[in-house]
Amino acid sequence: MTWGESMLWVVGPYVTIMVFVGGLIWRYRYDRFGWTTRSSELYESPLLRVASPLFHYALLVVIVWHVIGLLIPMRWTDAIGVSDEAYHVNALVWGGLAGLGTLVGLALLIYRRRTHGPVFLATTANDKTMYAVLAAAIVSGVVTTAAGFVPSEANYRTTVAPWFRGVLMLQPDAAAMGHASGLYKVHTLIGMALVVLFPFSRLVHALSAPLGYLFRPYIVYRRRAR
Amino acid sequence: MRIMGQIAMVMNLDKCIGCHTCSVTCKQTWTNRPGVEYVWWQNVETRPGQGYPRRYEDQDRWRGGWTLTRKGKLQLRSGGRLHKLLSIFTEPVMPSIQDYYEPWTYDYENLTNAPLSDDVPVAPPRSLISDEPTKIHWSANWDDDLAGDPAPDPVLAKVSEQVRLAFEEAFMFYLPRICEHCLNPSCVASCPSGALYKREEDGIVLVDQDRCRGWRMCVTGCPYKKVYFNHKTGKAEKCTFCFPRVEVGLPTVCSETCVGRLRYLGVLLYDADRVSEAASVADERDLYEAQLDVFVDPEDPAAETAGLPSDWLEAARSSPVYDLIKKYRIALPLHPEYRTLPMVWYVPPLSPVVDALAGTGHDGEDAVNLFAAIEALRIPVGYLAELFTAGDPAPVTAALRRLAAMRSYMRAVNLGEQPVLPDTGLSEEELRDMYRLLALARYEERYVIPTAYGNPPGVVEEAGCSLDYDAGPGMLSPFGEASGRPVPVSIENFHSLKDRQTGDEVTHDRINLLNWDGRGTPAGLFPPKRRRA
Repeated sequence: MTWGESMLWVVGPYVTIMVFVGGLIWRYRYDRFGWTTRSSELYESPLLRVASPLFHYALLVVIVWHVIGLLIPMRWTDAIGVSDEAYHVNALVWGGLAGLGTLVGLALLIYRRRTHGPVFLATTANDKTMYAVLAAAIVSGVVTTAAGFVPSEANYRTTVAPWFRGVLMLQPDAAAMGHASGLYKVHTLIGMALVVLFPFSRLVHALSAPLGYLFRPYIVYRRRAR
Repeated sequence: MRIMGQIAMVMNLDKCIGCHTCSVTCKQTWTNRPGVEYVWWQNVETRPGQGYPRRYEDQDRWRGGWTLTRKGKLQLRSGGRLHKLLSIFTEPVMPSIQDYYEPWTYDYENLTNAPLSDDVPVAPPRSLISDEPTKIHWSANWDDDLAGDPAPDPVLAKVSEQVRLAFEEAFMFYLPRICEHCLNPSCVASCPSGALYKREEDGIVLVDQDRCRGWRMCVTGCPYKKVYFNHKTGKAEKCTFCFPRVEVGLPTVCSETCVGRLRYLGVLLYDADRVSEAASVADERDLYEAQLDVFVDPEDPAAETAGLPSDWLEAARSSPVYDLIKKYRIALPLHPEYRTLPMVWYVPPLSPVVDALAGTGHDGEDAVNLFAAIEALRIPVGYLAELFTAGDPAPVTAALRRLAAMRSYMRAVNLGEQPVLPDTGLSEEELRDMYRLLALARYEERYVIPTAYGNPPGVVEEAGCSLDYDAGPGMLSPFGEASGRPVPVSIENFHSLKDRQTGDEVTHDRINLLNWDGRGTPAGLFPPKRRRA
């Protein structure tokens, strides 16, 4: 592994995290008014009604699988008796299906955005950049999953996952990442780009998931500060 | 018992001539911005008619307001909380832009730039949504004066077939609508972000623009379809009851500019603890009485000890709105069956009955004739009951009888005859007071508005110190012009005035203002930007 690459896997993730957290604080402080996805449902609804839930629900499954795959060490699954084959088949089938769902949903959404005049008019350069990176992340993810069809020794559970956990525990294991295949490296880099883009694009809406709605009283009263 | 005050409105429909002055002044004040071209916080509808957006009263389709569950509990018609969160990725029953109307401008440039020809050049319409040439085929007041087909009117569908035909031949009236600022607002209950709220002090329902995340559930939740989506900023917007004016004791813009002087503004006190109880009565037809019971008599000793400011209590005691709603009982709520307990009420129109009588050669101002006609002409009463009392004709008939009694009594007084007091439950003094309020309608008696805490009356200024904000002027947001904090108007004015007085550049670019839709900053419209230190 070259010096440059090890820098990439050691310094890169921390720069990403700093930009992510700092960017979110900055955006929340200065642009709470712009904190929205600027819905285009008013312009076009039939396509959105299919594509948006498909994309979002598939994406939620993808995120859950990423968390499971990256955070749970191999020896934990071994300890509860999950065989490598069973794990691999599950990850491949469910992860692959969810990835495909996301891809189809995104394709429909981009098609809608491009072909419906008013929706396209409301698309900013910022949105286009975000769509490009998001599409790249999903395509590379699906390709990587498909390429992992034949189990190998250097799969992500022995390379990307230990590195990722190391980053979180402030002991990044660049060597483990170095052993990952090129596809994994590309997907990881695009993922990092997406995280960097997150605070500065419409992606921030993901952090507004209104779970508090389940627990608050229906009618909200407010009183002027005196 | 938790007594709160609200500034409520009553509109006297007998006086509405459908001139749309209220709508236009409201639009000029509040929604003349890009993103809300299609939005009319205040609109006037001809009834019978479809309304705006089209057929908004058809709640089987639009799912606005509340319903009762089988156990008798209040629930949003569009679904429970979990159901709403699970369907957050689209808002399945939100009206599309076509249900409101596609806003347009005209290509005025063509008038001057068209090549010489035998035909007079025209200004072709152009869509403000797609920027393409368009054909105008619908708008917010397309069926004005029964110009469109009133048959799709959902209220008409509830009245029987025979009644419908006769109604279409004989009657028409105007219905001005704003946000109802309900006691039990379903838009507030629908908002997952908690951005919509009701103000404790004056009951005004507002959208916190910084907390709104654009989920659009309030648009579906409101049965009156009076919450709108700004498609430029991605946020919900609604009628503000002109709170900057009301806070300093001035009437709303729609009230102030109403040429028919048909609007009344005043304080209503209500018991906030009894709101959901009143909204969940089993029979829809009891909702009107239930809401009347929620209102608190300002003379009640409990009101004295509720901790309200003294000028509010005083205003509540001389509130024209309280008199019209509770004392004379001639004002009725719009669609109480939505269970939102609306706070903009209407005096039903007697004029259609008078006109029908006069048309048959009878004396249309005579009480006996009028009483008989109110009973016989079931048609308007049936229709009005579907609008104002969930189909119960009794309160509508009673209100119309009181209006008829006032007419004939005051005619006798003015002609110097011996007036006869018809039996409508009102005393002679009350009839005269009612006449004073409805017919003379003096400005100070129509609008009895106490100022908000600490505000001097009659001064309209932006609240707080206008220099007290974060991002400096001239800072461009990276997320487009709709992002970031808006520059306070006073700051913008100050700088533009200063630039104009001290600048030595003279602009040579010219822009046709008629073609400018308010978006962006075309060359020549503003003085060149100078980099600030």
